[in-house]
Formats: sequence, structure tokens, C-alpha cells
Amino acid sequence: MRIPLPAAIGLFFTGLYFFMAIFADWIAPYGMAEIVGDRWEPWSWAHPLGTDSIGRDLLSRMIWGGQTTIFVATMGTILSFSMGSILGFVAAVKGGWVDQFLSRMIDLMMSIPSLISALVVLSVMPVTLPVLIVVMGVLDATRVFRLSRAVAVDITVMDYVEAARLRGERQMWIIFREILPNALSPLIAEMGLRFIFMVLFISTLSFLGLGVQPPMADWGGIVKENREAIVYGIPAALVPAFAISSLAISVNLVADWVLNRTTSLKGGRG
Amino acid sequence: MHPVLKLLVQRIALGLILLLAASVLIFVGTQILPGDVAQSILGQGATPETLANLRAELGLNDPPLTRYLNWLFAALQGDLGTALTNGQDIASSMGKRLGNTLFLAVCAAVVAVPLAIVLGLIAVRYQGRWPDRVISTITLATVSVPEFLLGYIAIFVLSVQFRVFPSLATVYDGMPFMDRLDAIALPVIVLVLVVLGHMMRMTRAAILNVMESAYVETAELKGLRKFTIIARHALPNAIAPVVNVVMLNLAYLVVGVVVVEVVFVYPGMGQYLVDHVSKRDVPVVQACGLVFAAVYIGLNLVADIISILSNPRLRHPK
Repeated sequence: MRIPLPAAIGLFFTGLYFFMAIFADWIAPYGMAEIVGDRWEPWSWAHPLGTDSIGRDLLSRMIWGGQTTIFVATMGTILSFSMGSILGFVAAVKGGWVDQFLSRMIDLMMSIPSLISALVVLSVMPVTLPVLIVVMGVLDATRVFRLSRAVAVDITVMDYVEAARLRGERQMWIIFREILPNALSPLIAEMGLRFIFMVLFISTLSFLGLGVQPPMADWGGIVKENREAIVYGIPAALVPAFAISSLAISVNLVADWVLNRTTSLKGGRG
Repeated sequence: MHPVLKLLVQRIALGLILLLAASVLIFVGTQILPGDVAQSILGQGATPETLANLRAELGLNDPPLTRYLNWLFAALQGDLGTALTNGQDIASSMGKRLGNTLFLAVCAAVVAVPLAIVLGLIAVRYQGRWPDRVISTITLATVSVPEFLLGYIAIFVLSVQFRVFPSLATVYDGMPFMDRLDAIALPVIVLVLVVLGHMMRMTRAAILNVMESAYVETAELKGLRKFTIIARHALPNAIAPVVNVVMLNLAYLVVGVVVVEVVFVYPGMGQYLVDHVSKRDVPVVQACGLVFAAVYIGLNLVADIISILSNPRLRHPK
């Protein structure tokens, strides 16, 4: 199997970011909240990206921050996918009032922008990582629901699903053994996009001060901590920009490739 | 009844129902979650007496339905309650901020909409060649960067390196119009970049869709120039989808505004909402949430109405 160049680049950088996130304990030169120098020191061999607003090594902060950001985004994506796709499949298989009820509830949730909904909910909830993951996962599950329902509606009319029904298989069998394998390829491509969206979402919340709380590092928070420096021409707050956008673009490249490959395999369906 | 009128009435009724349901959702989201509102406002150190006082003041002892109806009817009469943190009337402190936010959003829209349509047309004209590629690449780049980072990149480049625009968007009452425009130049640039990508890509897709139809082929065979074909034959038929795209992106602008206002310390609705979320000032958050939801639902409604009106198949019933 040949991997096209853009996809290979995408895979390499995505892999690199995940590798750094998983092994942050060994890679990061300094501790997460360890103060090692003056405020906003310039780039040097000791501190490759300089230091931040209270003298912590920025490269270490970026690596630890990547760990938090990628962890929260991954968990959020898993939650939104399992919830959204199972509900979407159930709606498609059951049809009738179950489908109507679920679809109208999702319409309602999508009638408020997700950032606004998240802010409303976070105004009364304690801001901790599990709460953030659940809030983001639930809000994002609406989009997964729409996609998986649309895909599954096409599949439920296939002969093999009918055959399974006539055999007397249960709903769960039909959902997991008949529909899921056939709906997997568009869902996996979508997963990449949802993951990027999660990274942007958690970064935005942290930037607004309502996401990951200090002293924990995350990419949005690093921007928030170093924002004053920018008017003096110190680019510390722009480092996460590079990280977030390069991660987003590489995941995009991989998702494009997966989508192209699987649609050509399945004769264009997807 | 004329079928178009019937469709319009149905759509507007749906919008109103959606808004009502959204108000329920906002209320439920802030009131009946596991955490007690009074507890989370006062924190762990609250004594039972202060808790009881605050609960009584917020009306938390009433059943949820009564509280919801009271809140809704007051909001319908323009009374959004008072802020917990400073005791000010929410509606009056929101009014000026809403004006500021709309000014910002309208300025961004005035720049972004024509620009997106022209760029979309250029991308279609030179489809697959370098202008199209350049436009798509820049689009992908702006879509992959979150709004607040675009904001700081703009500050770093335009106000620190080249000193063209001020880095903070400070506006006050009685400010001359030109000064005001200068102050909001950077936030407008960022908002334009945020929506331009999506808007342009969707415009391009909508026009390409029309370009594949038979009458465009006829026009090509007649020997018309490419730009004439696009402007005279493709564009009028692409108006409905393009208007839809524009409206959806304006709705997106409403969200982008929240973040951009925080970046540039602009005194608008977004800044107001974020400030009070971190202060856990529930009445303000509810009121802001309701206003944002109403604007968002309203813009989507307008998009649907325009696409109903601009569809000739619906105007001439069989």
C-alpha cells in the first residue's frame, strides 16, 4: 500500500504530537510548573523557546500543555462518537417516534451555538477536566448524531439488514454487527475533523479562562498567560498557534486520505 | 392560502417554537444541574445562613416551573433581571454593549460578504489553476487556526511590527466615527478572516454546482466569455445557495465575536458574557445566552425565508 505524500506528512506530525503527549514525562526538559528563569527570556540553548510570564521553560510548558490538550480532545472525541453514533444508529433502526424525538432534541441543541451552550453550563458547573470532557463531548455528539443517522438510514434499507431482522436478531446485533461495520469509513474520516474541533474548542475555553485551570498547562492557557507580552514584541503567545494549526492541518490531511481511500474501496459510497 | 405564504408562516412558527425551547434549555442548563447555584456562587466557605439568604433572594425555593415562567415573562417584557455581582439592571447595561457588538459584526460582514463572493467567483473562473489553489490553501490555513490566535497574530504583525493599527479596540461614547473605525480595524480583520474561508468555499461549491447544468453548457457553446457566463447565467441561479451560505456564516460570526472581543478588550456582549461566566453571575449568563440564541435562530430563520422566496419553483404553484 502506498501512502501519498500529504498523508505521510500528516501521519508523521500527528504521530509526533501524540508521541510527545504520551511521553511528556520523559521528553519535557523541566517540570510543568517549575520556575527556572526570568520572565520572558529570549530563545537560547537552555530554553529553546524562551521562558513564559513567570519564568517557566516554555518548551516544557508546550509539551505538558500538549498532553492536556490532546488528552481532553481525545476523550471528548471518544465520548461524542460513542454517544452520537449509538444514538444515531438507534434513531435510524427504530424509526418512528424514537427517531422523531431524538432528531428534534438534537435540532434544539444545535439551535444554540455550542460555545454559548458551553459557557452557560460552565457558569454553574465546577470547571474540572471530567466536566469539560463531558460538556464538550455532549455538545459535539449532536453533529456525530446527524452524520451517523444519515449514514445508517441508507444502510437499514439494505437486504442484509432485512435478512438479519427476519432471522430474528436483536436490535443490538443489527446495530453493532450489521450497521456499524458498514458505516465505519465515513465515521472515521469525520472523527479526524471532530478531533480538530475539540482541540480548537478546549483551547478557546482555556483562553477564555473557563477551560483547563492553572497551574496545569494547555495550549489555550499558554496563550492567555503570555498575552501581555505580545505588545512588547515577544512572540511567546504565538508558539501555541503554530502547534495548534500544524496539528489541525496534519489531522486534516490524514482524514482526507482515509476518506478518499475508503470511498474508492466501497465504490463511492460514504 | 398561497403555498409560499403557508411555508413562510410555518417556518416563522417553527422559529418561535425553537426560540421558546432554547430558552427552556438555557434555563435548565443553569438551574437544575447537580451543583446548587447558590453553593457554587458562594463557594465552599459559605455559612448555612448566607446560603439560605441567597437562595431566597434568587427565588431558588420556588419550584423550577414557577421560576422558569417568571423569568420568561419578565424577559418578554424586557426585564432581564439584575446582575448578582453589582446589582445593576441587566437590560440597561446590555443595551450599549449589544450596539457595540452589532457595529463590529456589521462592519465585518460589510467587508467579508463581497470579498468572499468575489474570491469565490475568481476561484471558479480559474478552477484547478494557481489562483484557485492559492485561495484554497489560505482558506485551509485560516480555518485551522482558532479565532483568538488569529487575533494575536494580527496584533503581533500589524500593531507591533508595523504599527498600523492600535492593539486594543477601545471605544467610548461620543467617539468620532472615523476614530471608531480605526479602533475596531483589527478585530474586523480577524472576524473577516474567520468567516471568509467557509463563506468562500461554500460560494465556490454552490457556483460550481450550477456550472454543471445544461444551460451553462449552452451558453458555453454559444461562445460567450467565461466571466459573462458566470455573471449572467450562473450567478442568478446560485443566489439562493449563496445567500444561505452568507446567513449561516453571519450566524457563525455571532460566536466568533465572543472570542475576538475578549482578545481586543472590546466592550461588547461577548466580553460581558465571558466576564460573568467566570464570576458565576447566573442571571447575566442566562440573559446573554438568550440574546445570542435569539440572534442565531433569527439569522437561520432569515436564511430559510430568503431561500424560500428566491426559489421560483415555489413561487409558481402547479
